[in-house]
Amino acid sequence: MKYIDEYRDARIARGLAKAIANCARHNWVLMEICGGQTHTIMRYGLDEILPRQIELVHGPGCPVCVTPLETIDRAIALALRPEVILVSYGDMLRVPGSDLDLFRAKARGADVRIVYSPTEAVTIARGNPDRNVVFLAIGFETTAPANAMAAWQARREGLANFSMLVSHVLVPPAIRALLASPENRVQGFIAPGHVCTVMGYQEYEALVRDFALPIVVGGFEPVDLLEAILMLLKQLEEHEARLENQYVRSVSCQGNLPAQRIMQEVFEIADQKWRGIGPIPRSGLRLRSEFAAYDANKVFDLELITADEPAECISAQVLQGLKKPTDCPAFAMRCTPENPLGAPMVSAEGACAAYYHYRRHARAS
Amino acid sequence: MCLAIPGKIVAEELRNSLRIGRVQFGGIVRETSLDFVPEAEVGDYVMVHVGFAISKVDAEEAERTYELLEEMGVLEGELPPA
Repeated sequence: MKYIDEYRDARIARGLAKAIANCARHNWVLMEICGGQTHTIMRYGLDEILPRQIELVHGPGCPVCVTPLETIDRAIALALRPEVILVSYGDMLRVPGSDLDLFRAKARGADVRIVYSPTEAVTIARGNPDRNVVFLAIGFETTAPANAMAAWQARREGLANFSMLVSHVLVPPAIRALLASPENRVQGFIAPGHVCTVMGYQEYEALVRDFALPIVVGGFEPVDLLEAILMLLKQLEEHEARLENQYVRSVSCQGNLPAQRIMQEVFEIADQKWRGIGPIPRSGLRLRSEFAAYDANKVFDLELITADEPAECISAQVLQGLKKPTDCPAFAMRCTPENPLGAPMVSAEGACAAYYHYRRHARAS
Repeated sequence: MCLAIPGKIVAEELRNSLRIGRVQFGGIVRETSLDFVPEAEVGDYVMVHVGFAISKVDAEEAERTYELLEEMGVLEGELPPA
């Protein structure tokens, strides 16, 4: 497929890996924020073709992984009500809640439906006027405009049986929180290309300035990521700290303005809790008061007691790039994609699942 | 979750005042909202995420980057192994 195959070209990837090896003189720790990028790195074994000076650590950019436990519990409680149809992206079904996950709730008779696009959730509401349709609207900035469109469309059509359980997170405040942590080891960031496709990259200038480290907006194919790593490395070895854009074919400085407009019309910035990390100020989105009629938290009265996370799960450290999935004693033993202890083992973009799928042998040997 | 896939717009229509395109990904064609990419037309490539086009692929930039990379790949390939 055009714009995919050429960025998976092994010859170019090898050329880039060689250029990286020639350039690397010191040890550097780089973080890719986005789980999609983590997935590419593991799938193509990019970390294995890099020189030993470069350590890649994986960031918290997996929306499924950082959706708060309380939100999952709410979704499950709503799904178990007979009048509710709970609509979700497929990745969310196996994310562990306090007692159940949505998949097990479905087995108990809950009406849980998987959609590819938020517009399908609106279609389901339109087709089921006697049921309450709740859409579990999760994601980063990439998904926010599409989810915003669902609320916007529902309001335009006056759909009274549609609401959204929103858990939206924003990347720049999370990078700031990671960098401000005394435990931080990261010296350069690959910024998420599709988040920046929507938002542009002006917000990242302040991070480069405040923390004096390079950030390169990167794409999702192996060649994209290797080029982004080379761009970071050249800066680091020259003691430079600039913002650069590797993913020029999709990302512009100002981003997608129509998408930002609908996002701002429907959502406003709010404090947000990240599963495994904790609360980060102004790092999330919630529905504006004009859309209160579509806010499931306001439409439904829910009192829930949320359990603690399993003590054995180290996802908190994994999500902050402090530990690798294989550092966990439960990895691939008591924690697998079929029976996950923590959310990063669930999503294809979770670091634990990516390690499990592509290098399980590393643990076995 | 933040994956977006490049596809080619092969047709478009207005439905319920929303701009819907038919976008081809390899052998598959899917309906895609074009409301966020007013500049994109039939024949253009767009990056598609959860049924919404979020950018028009900049063909010139893609071409330029690729040529640059290819040049480097070839050059590196000609060097003796380290």
